[in-house]
Amino acid sequence: MDYDKLLWIIEQDSRLSAAQLAGMLGGTKEEVETKIKEFEENKTILGYKTIVDWDKTDREIVTALIEVKVVPQRGEGFDRVAARIYQFPEVDSVYLMSGGFDLMVLIEGKTMKEVALFVAQKLAVLDSVSATSTHFVLKKYKDKGVVFDEEKMEDKRTPMV
Amino acid sequence: MDFTSRINPVVAGMKPSGIRRFFDIAFTMENVVSLGIGEPDFVTPWHIRDAGIYSLEKGNTMYTPNPGLPELRKAIARYQQRRFDLHYDPEEVLVTVGGSEAIDLAIRAFVTPGDEVIIPEPCFVCYGPIVRLAGGVPVALPTMSEDSFRINPTRLKAAITEKTKILIVPFPNNPTGAVMRKEHLEEVAKICVAHDLIVVSDEIYGELTFGNQRHVSISSLPGMRERTIIVSGLSKSHAMTGWRIGYALAPKEAIAPMNKVHQYAIMCAPIMSQYAAIEAIENGDDDIAMMAEEYDRRRMMITDELNRMGLPCFEPEGAFYVFPDIRSTGLSSEKFCESLLYAERVAVVPGDAFGASGEGFVRCSYAYSVQNITIAMERIKRFLDTL
Repeated sequence: MDYDKLLWIIEQDSRLSAAQLAGMLGGTKEEVETKIKEFEENKTILGYKTIVDWDKTDREIVTALIEVKVVPQRGEGFDRVAARIYQFPEVDSVYLMSGGFDLMVLIEGKTMKEVALFVAQKLAVLDSVSATSTHFVLKKYKDKGVVFDEEKMEDKRTPMV
Repeated sequence: MDFTSRINPVVAGMKPSGIRRFFDIAFTMENVVSLGIGEPDFVTPWHIRDAGIYSLEKGNTMYTPNPGLPELRKAIARYQQRRFDLHYDPEEVLVTVGGSEAIDLAIRAFVTPGDEVIIPEPCFVCYGPIVRLAGGVPVALPTMSEDSFRINPTRLKAAITEKTKILIVPFPNNPTGAVMRKEHLEEVAKICVAHDLIVVSDEIYGELTFGNQRHVSISSLPGMRERTIIVSGLSKSHAMTGWRIGYALAPKEAIAPMNKVHQYAIMCAPIMSQYAAIEAIENGDDDIAMMAEEYDRRRMMITDELNRMGLPCFEPEGAFYVFPDIRSTGLSSEKFCESLLYAERVAVVPGDAFGASGEGFVRCSYAYSVQNITIAMERIKRFLDTL
């Protein structure tokens, strides 16, 4: 069984059953179950999530991208600073970047004020952080390969002969 | 005007396609899950659509030369060499309105009244009617599940008479999913050379073969290039059915008469589709791979499920169809499809719609999402439990 293919398939759709995956990959259900468990244990598979369009709900959510400039401290480097930032539960993602700034921090909050306060009170005050620049997301068009608000594709195919 | 009494008797005699019958019923019902359609479920990749849009923006709204844009003919020649190791000059490429037109041209340019055309069955439904329209005689050559639905050389020899002019070679096959590898084609090729037959090789599913072996064209075998007309197109490989771009590859002496018919009947394929096709052919290999991979996992899943529920499936190696054997149910193909549709609202196509030798089988397309296939499989299983 091609295990990379297994991972690729469940990365697209984690709700397929072990029996279905076994059928697709030419193996047994047990083999799939064992392998997935192994991937979970060795942290190749880190979790299973759902992509939600919160705009369709009553829940208010604000997403911001924050460019962070960092002065790396002796013996700490970027990794320690990143760790101090990603520990905050509000922080969704942290990336080390090339270019004009060092860390890209994605955060989600209930309101713009909440996000602004987080930046002002928790992020900007860190010793290693020399500057921040916050960009609020106005609308999500596509996330993780999924287009939001896309017209549901109905099957428009017609039999020809 | 009494048109009815004046209909060409050949046209009047054309039977409605057996593929259509169940769709027409299914359309009147709600909540039907279909495995019926033989068309990719993917939308044409964006870069190809974009090339079509761009060609319109630039004002490309005219006719093109009859045999197609020179850039496209060159691109097709390069593509066939890159993908299938076939060597054709751009002058040996004729761009058509879908593979269907190429089939029509290949038959009409050569068949005269009384000529026999051997058609392996089960197969796509268009060859017979076109042969009849040209005054020719279609001769069915049944392929059998015990031969993995490949052409059996002994049966082929027996079907040849002095009137035989053309052999159709429709592989990878719709509806069975059968392929003919090089070793299976060798004997067939020898017979074609010995009887000096024209071969029309319908390779529209040539990009959709599974496992490690690529599709092999019969034209690549000794003595075959000079007598083979390859029919192909972008509909299945690049999910471009609606663009209507197909082509024929053949020696110039075969392309010339086909182009004559094409010139009067069609003139040329739509220009914006031809520009989109250039983009598809030059930059679309990754799209082919992505779609083939997706079809492959559906193929594995659906074959596995059907086998487990007791409908034996010969392993399809190409196209996007499985052809399960339903004889254990005691029902005819027609009855099976009808009962399945009424009882569980699943639409599949009876095997005999593709020729008498398809009786005892049904065609399931896996050009459908995994979710759709999963629901269909659950319903078919429930249907079998009630028999």
